[in-house]
Amino acid sequence: MSKKVAFLQGNEAAAHGALYAGCDFFAGYPITPSTEVSEVLSAELPKTGGKFLQMEDEIAAMAAILGASLAGAKVLTSTSGPGLSLKQELIGYGCIAEIPCVVYNVMRGGPSTGMPTGPSQSDVMCAKWGTHGDHPAICLVPASVQETYEEVIRAFNLSEKYRTPVMVMPDEIVAHMRERIVFPEPGEIEVVPRKSPTVPPEKYKPYDTSFGDVPPLAAFGSGYKFHVTGLNKMQDGFPTTKAEIVQAEEERQVRKVDANIDDIVTFEEYLLDDADVVVVAYGSTSRSARFAVNIAREQGIKAGMFRIKTFWPFPDKQIKALAGKVKGIVIPEMNLGMCSLELERCAQGKTPVLGIFRVDGEPINPDQILEKIKEVK
Amino acid sequence: MAFDYDKWIRPGKLPHIWCPGCGHGIVMKGLIRAMETLQLKKEETAVVSGIGCASRLPGYIDCCTLHTAHGRAAAFATGVKMARPEMNVILVGGDGDGTAIGGNHFIHACRRNIDMTYIIMNNYIYGMTGGQFSPCTPTGHKASTTPYGNPDPGFDIAKLAIGAGATFVARGTAFHANQIDKLIVEAIQHKGFSVVEILDDCPTTYGRRNKFKSVIEMMNRLKEVAVPVKAAEKMTAEQLQGKVLTGVLYKDETKPEYTVEYAKVIERAKASK
Repeated sequence: MSKKVAFLQGNEAAAHGALYAGCDFFAGYPITPSTEVSEVLSAELPKTGGKFLQMEDEIAAMAAILGASLAGAKVLTSTSGPGLSLKQELIGYGCIAEIPCVVYNVMRGGPSTGMPTGPSQSDVMCAKWGTHGDHPAICLVPASVQETYEEVIRAFNLSEKYRTPVMVMPDEIVAHMRERIVFPEPGEIEVVPRKSPTVPPEKYKPYDTSFGDVPPLAAFGSGYKFHVTGLNKMQDGFPTTKAEIVQAEEERQVRKVDANIDDIVTFEEYLLDDADVVVVAYGSTSRSARFAVNIAREQGIKAGMFRIKTFWPFPDKQIKALAGKVKGIVIPEMNLGMCSLELERCAQGKTPVLGIFRVDGEPINPDQILEKIKEVK
Repeated sequence: MAFDYDKWIRPGKLPHIWCPGCGHGIVMKGLIRAMETLQLKKEETAVVSGIGCASRLPGYIDCCTLHTAHGRAAAFATGVKMARPEMNVILVGGDGDGTAIGGNHFIHACRRNIDMTYIIMNNYIYGMTGGQFSPCTPTGHKASTTPYGNPDPGFDIAKLAIGAGATFVARGTAFHANQIDKLIVEAIQHKGFSVVEILDDCPTTYGRRNKFKSVIEMMNRLKEVAVPVKAAEKMTAEQLQGKVLTGVLYKDETKPEYTVEYAKVIERAKASK
């Protein structure tokens, strides 16, 4: 039997990916250019008993998904730039209270209202540094409609596996373009369930590290009763200011991601084996980059592409290895130099990092990238 | 036999953080008596709060408890209730948390008429941060940020709740302790969004700045200003000057409840497949 095929927009694919992953609760607030996620899920979720809520504001939508996740639901919200800024306080809540959830953010021009219908890649730092305090960060940056579908599923899996908020951040081009998508069969892509407690309710502690760095999470209303707070907490969930406990818990929260980088970080290597010049790209910009690399090869330049699929945690190890081998790194991005900072950090001065930064709402075209490839000596 | 509050208190979590003379403990005991009267199942009851002195209450109660971020209790609780409509969801918090930073979530929870009970402890001040004026601080009164007297007019929480669409609104005071549990029982039994405002006192940050010589004086003020709704019917406008109505102020059993309405959405969606 042939698989189901459709011609979908990135945002529509995201909604269907969420359904595949078992999402049964969505709360959102209308914002361009991500609203199609809400529109699809408002129609689809109730068909299988799921819940769709349009809340009074972006903050409320984030709060509602955290509350629903604590009650056992698999949850998603979608937003864009200004909405992401508003959600940051509660993304931090999700990090410290360790509540699985997926935040789908379409990158549009900013800051503030900026260019609501223009593409951008200027929220990538916000994904890691947007909420205050030290915290883990996972952020996926898909480059096609198919990949948006699959990365939303992976985001749900990672959020459940590591008990932390996960962001999926397509730029507006990926979110709004239409492409052919092939739907996987049920069971074809793994869906990771939440780690539930194995102890009886009277023995349960929501942050019991005897079960490892990711303690099992019970659901409100499932027979377990426990306390959840945004304060620094002990293993039983109650607040503490004891220095040694706060330090250990903060470190554990970050370690959940840092110690599992190889499990989380994904990337694509394109014509890198003999490359002298590597274009590092992500999202829709990687499509122009691939085109530019192909032309460069035709012209006898040994160019290749390293495509970032997981922006956070950053692929430090891979970039460090590349930096020792190539003559230069070219980074095209729709911001004024965000990924390039990370690349410079990883390159450690071993190789120059040449940026192409565009914030005018226009995509970066292959010619611009080719020109920069040729600047590498 | 004395009432057994310990049954509802988490072992080892007392003493509470509240100052001597604060009324929050009186409200907590009222809530406990109400939960006992209704024989609520602890595992099926979520107590949700925001930030502030009053919002520390859930930590002491042996239920599913959620101490959220400042102002966000109603929005978190909406998620809990929608994911598990069979749970009893009770919100607690203060006046600043509920009507300033949480004002938007408050009025929209009222509008949806989702079946939850919100107990607002109104002590007219931000206590935990040291006594800044709240949207409920009376005009002219002193707070740490209104050293020349408060220029802002205050909210009437009950009127705000009624106007926003809540279908059960009651008011009590920390002085009238025996009435608190009765109001909360009725609020929880009501199918829809119910608001119970409890006029409270904060001797530490409000009383001392506003010429209350003692906690007793603050409590006596609550006693003096409170007029039961029944009694008020027989009083003139002049007699009611400076008074505050207490008891069940508003009840509407005709407005549809939100989780019931959403269940109908699910039925319609399934039928459309």
